[in-house]
Amino acid sequence: MIDWVVITSSIPAFLSGLKITLILLALSCASGFVLSIPLAVARVSAQRRFWLPVFLFTYIMRGTPLLVQMFMVYHGLAQFEAVRDSFAWVALKSPWFCAWLVFTLNTSAYTTEIFAGALKATPSGELEAARSLGLTESAIYRRILLPSALRRALPQYGNEVVMMMHATAIASTVTLVEITRVARDVYYNHLTVTESFGVAAVIYFVLTFSIAGLFKLVENRVLRHIPPTARGDA
Amino acid sequence: MLDGYLPAILGGLASTLSVAATSLAIACLFGMLGAAGKLSGARAIAALANIYTTLIRGVPELVLMLLIFYGGQIALNAVVDRLGGSHIDIDPFTAGTLTLGFIFGAFLTETFRGAILAIPRGQSEAAEAFGLTSWQVLRRITLPQMVRHAIPGFTNSWLVMLKASALVSIIGLDDMVHRASLAASATRKPFTFYAIIAILYLLLTTVSILGLGWLERRYSLGVRKADLR
Repeated sequence: MIDWVVITSSIPAFLSGLKITLILLALSCASGFVLSIPLAVARVSAQRRFWLPVFLFTYIMRGTPLLVQMFMVYHGLAQFEAVRDSFAWVALKSPWFCAWLVFTLNTSAYTTEIFAGALKATPSGELEAARSLGLTESAIYRRILLPSALRRALPQYGNEVVMMMHATAIASTVTLVEITRVARDVYYNHLTVTESFGVAAVIYFVLTFSIAGLFKLVENRVLRHIPPTARGDA
Repeated sequence: MLDGYLPAILGGLASTLSVAATSLAIACLFGMLGAAGKLSGARAIAALANIYTTLIRGVPELVLMLLIFYGGQIALNAVVDRLGGSHIDIDPFTAGTLTLGFIFGAFLTETFRGAILAIPRGQSEAAEAFGLTSWQVLRRITLPQMVRHAIPGFTNSWLVMLKASALVSIIGLDDMVHRASLAASATRKPFTFYAIIAILYLLLTTVSILGLGWLERRYSLGVRKADLR
């Protein structure tokens, strides 16, 4: 049977875990988003010196497990004396900073590919029209390509944010007490599964569908001009 | 080389591969069952399959893994106790592969469902009209043709699952990540060992992408692509 006393007594811990999960998610998604726009523009560039480094970055980040990336940064960097002696060590020895750094790099790799795909899918007529109006290259990106590409990328980007929210569970392996870590602590204290991992699963489930619902609302607003069949499902 | 830890890491690679391959087989089984359930037309079964895929997509893999690893253990022993048996320990390999298979079965359910729906309905109707049994229709008509439609989604799920298999080290399975962390703490060279397994994972994903891309081209030999250029 479900032990409600364990659940009610662990509510404060789960709430603070929820807060940490949401902060990690918001910070990583914000910096990942900012980083991925210039990366996506470079990714679709015709010049190899621009697209190749970005391609290699996204290929490596998307081809290796997030857990291994996290361990490489959090446990791995301490191997080098130069890192330990440098001023950056103040930040790099903090699990918060490492988690934020790894999540940012990871989500920006996936987001870059999403945005690059949306940029490539721009109807060529839009680009030709912008060029024939004499817009500069940067104005074309600022006013024509990016606004419509970001709008079209919204359903996929929503998926990525949900994936990222799930990925924050990895932060539990580097001592951050987010939802999953709280669940593991509750489990080790009481040895009951439903009241620990079950509760965590319910919280994540509610978060998932709240984020998905939020993105649906935004999509309905900014994609009103595109018929629903062309949107793909999110 | 590598302070003598290379054989240990390669042993871990073998263990990672066997976890991933076993999980994939289980995921394909759950995926086919789920897809069959969703397309069965029986409302109760379709609803069950929908609950399965929705629940799995809403919760992180790590949490599901912990939930099934610890919860499955307790549930199983409760049943065994009632039957008067002795205590059973589920080993991490069984728990890990079952969990991964169960999770990615949900993703493959959607892939397989889409692939089956992509085959024109007339195909199976014609086969039935020829007097083939439903098992023969599945084996000779549906399966060979759905492969082509399923490969892109299948590739994606396989890559995500291969990377998610790194999480089994958390429930105590002796995989590549676990071996690397042992070597890292013994030699005090964590970066070296985690970088090596990162490269091995990258090799595995690269080989998978190339191999499955080749397979997709082979299965699409008779199909002309729309030329959008």
